[in-house]
Amino acid sequence: MFYREAGDFKTTYRDDSQTFPIRFDRWRYYAVVAVAFGVVPFLINDYWANAVLVPFLIYAIAAIGLNILTGYCGQVSLGTGGFMAVGAYACYKLMTAFPEVSILIHVLLAGGITAGVGVLFGLPSLRIKGFYLAVATLAAQFFLVWLFNKVPWFYNYSASGQISAPERTFLGHAVTGANTTASSKYLFCLVILFALAWLARNLTRGTVGRKWMAIRDMDIAAEIIGVNPLTTKLTAFAVSSFYIGVAGALFFSVYLGAVEVGEAFGIQKSFLILFMVIIGGLGSIFGSFAGAAFLVLLPVLLKNILVGQFGWATDLAAHIELMIVGALIVIFLIAEPHGLAQLWRLAKEKLRLWPFPH
Amino acid sequence: MRKTLTALALALAAATPAMAELVVPNLSYRTGPYAPGGIPYADGFNDYFTLLNERDGGIGGEKVATPECETAYNTEKGVECYEATKGSGALVYNPLSTGITYQLIPKVSADKIPLYTPGYGRTSAANGKVFEWVFNYPANYWDGASVAIKYLLDQNGGDLSGKKIALVYHNSAYGKEPIRTLTELSKKHGYTLVEIPVDHPGQEQKSQWLQIRRDKPDYVLMWGWGVMNAVAIQEAANIKYPMENFIGIWWSGSENDVLPAGDGANGYKSLAMHGTGMDYPVYADLKQYVYDTGKASGAGDQVGSVLYSRGMYAALVISEAIRKAQELAGASGINAAQLRDGFEALEITEERMAELGLPNFGQPFKASCEDHGGPGAALIQQWDATAKKWSLITGFIAPDDEVLVPLVMEDSAAFAAENSIAERCN
Repeated sequence: MFYREAGDFKTTYRDDSQTFPIRFDRWRYYAVVAVAFGVVPFLINDYWANAVLVPFLIYAIAAIGLNILTGYCGQVSLGTGGFMAVGAYACYKLMTAFPEVSILIHVLLAGGITAGVGVLFGLPSLRIKGFYLAVATLAAQFFLVWLFNKVPWFYNYSASGQISAPERTFLGHAVTGANTTASSKYLFCLVILFALAWLARNLTRGTVGRKWMAIRDMDIAAEIIGVNPLTTKLTAFAVSSFYIGVAGALFFSVYLGAVEVGEAFGIQKSFLILFMVIIGGLGSIFGSFAGAAFLVLLPVLLKNILVGQFGWATDLAAHIELMIVGALIVIFLIAEPHGLAQLWRLAKEKLRLWPFPH
Repeated sequence: MRKTLTALALALAAATPAMAELVVPNLSYRTGPYAPGGIPYADGFNDYFTLLNERDGGIGGEKVATPECETAYNTEKGVECYEATKGSGALVYNPLSTGITYQLIPKVSADKIPLYTPGYGRTSAANGKVFEWVFNYPANYWDGASVAIKYLLDQNGGDLSGKKIALVYHNSAYGKEPIRTLTELSKKHGYTLVEIPVDHPGQEQKSQWLQIRRDKPDYVLMWGWGVMNAVAIQEAANIKYPMENFIGIWWSGSENDVLPAGDGANGYKSLAMHGTGMDYPVYADLKQYVYDTGKASGAGDQVGSVLYSRGMYAALVISEAIRKAQELAGASGINAAQLRDGFEALEITEERMAELGLPNFGQPFKASCEDHGGPGAALIQQWDATAKKWSLITGFIAPDDEVLVPLVMEDSAAFAAENSIAERCN
């Protein structure tokens, strides 16, 4: 009916190869963006920003980052938490060393520093693959957390080893520190996510992304047709780490405001983001969003239903919540091993044939 | 579809419990590796307010509600709990987590809600000139570290030079807090400090205790929490470390920490900031109004334990601050800002403690605009494994303020400079 290529004539190559070639899809996308930018900031309150939307946006950035590395380039990484820590600590050092510079620049620079560190830890990927690479990145995870705990310079010699974000502004609005309004927090993260997601989508459609996918699908064949594995793998590590570093910087400065490395960026964070990517769908930008939404929103939703609506004891609700989320992950992956993105794809296929399926 | 979406959105937003006149959210943790500490504390906290509601009809005629929110000792969940409960008229927060406290200090200062962190949190919050909204009396970590060293000095005839003291600590903001004090004190008393971190959650400590076995420190101090405590005490017993030379902070001195090690834990010492056990008159009322009427919080099996007593003590101080605030405001319904004034004007005397049914339980203290930290004295208790009981072996030992006060001033000044806070009370 509405989800159709029919009647939507393209007269230029440019039109033909756009991200959303179907008109309905395109309008849906415009609507989502319009609501996110034009409606949500006016309705948002502290609870929605700090407990639901800001963590979702930040985890979505991290999931896109890991998806580039694991989903598009096929390099398994368990170092995400460590790389987020690099972003957070880089942002902290920059924020405190150059207080007058805009926070946006610090966040992007923190991403850049993380990209450098990521490339360094990506070097082993030229020799080792699969599970062995996962173990090498696991070493990065533990090394980085240990480093930020051990060297007091990283946390400015504070008594507790905590880093806390002082107030910094962007365009005259505070985006870090306690006096930040819900909407400026949300908008700051949203703008960065929007720009990065747009960039990621277009990178993966172009030469760079095709090279990554060639390496993922079969590295020897890719090498034979002229894809340089050195530059391809290292660009994947660099771009991915940039995203993860930005996510780590936002996680520390905008979302939590104070972190300690072992608790906030431990191995469980690496797994959480890997699960987001796997549940959402490897090799899909939409999947990164879906996976982040699934793992951030569902626990909060369940908690509010079980404790807020049913009035259960908090410990019982916390245990049941773990069981429900775990069961749903298993069920989803059995029903659709390619993740939520594949479900979305199938739904679109079905829509295209509706109301006359084969 | 739209209906379900609306329902879901409502459910996401509906974190607000029923409104009561006085709301004291209980950010507790009954799950995860820190639950052995979180459960008794939360039970004691809830039960004391239940007692006030049932026996006296609340405080000054206003019922107290303690909506509980599970944080699992996790900062992200702690933030969610804070945001979910602050809209319900929350008067004061007591998150029982140093990590969450660090998160909340700037937030409560902006939202103007008091934060009460007895015996934990950011030590330099004792300086009320900088930390307007944070209170941590009657004692804090640096007091604890100083009291432990004073006790050891006492044991060694006033001289610790040449001794080796190891600090086994939880590798987090909490565990790192005492390092600065212990380093300063080592300069003064001439002992060497060996720092031995244990990573979250602390279930694996073989290498740390191997190091202790090799280095043979004269004394071991411990800043542990949750399962880490029980594991450390078990490991110490395994390497046959002399238990009487092993002293834990007050968070490492509950029944749940020593019971798993059985007889091996005999003689283990820990600091305490209050008495414990059920030999206090308040328990007769608690039994009559709370336990026997089936209103006890949780499973009701933690009554009288060390951390249950501490939860109760925290609730007692908060309730006294509410009373004081009502008196100052001249009304029974108060808001968070008025409660802050109550905290700042609070004085708890020994007579008042006896009136409340807890004679000789805690130290008397008086807060002021400058002093949010209290006197900071602590007791030493020792575990008797055959009687399964803690016994107090000292009276209240006062900390070494000569060393601590400059440290508190220095750290709070750094915080004030970072956040451009002007000093109050001048």
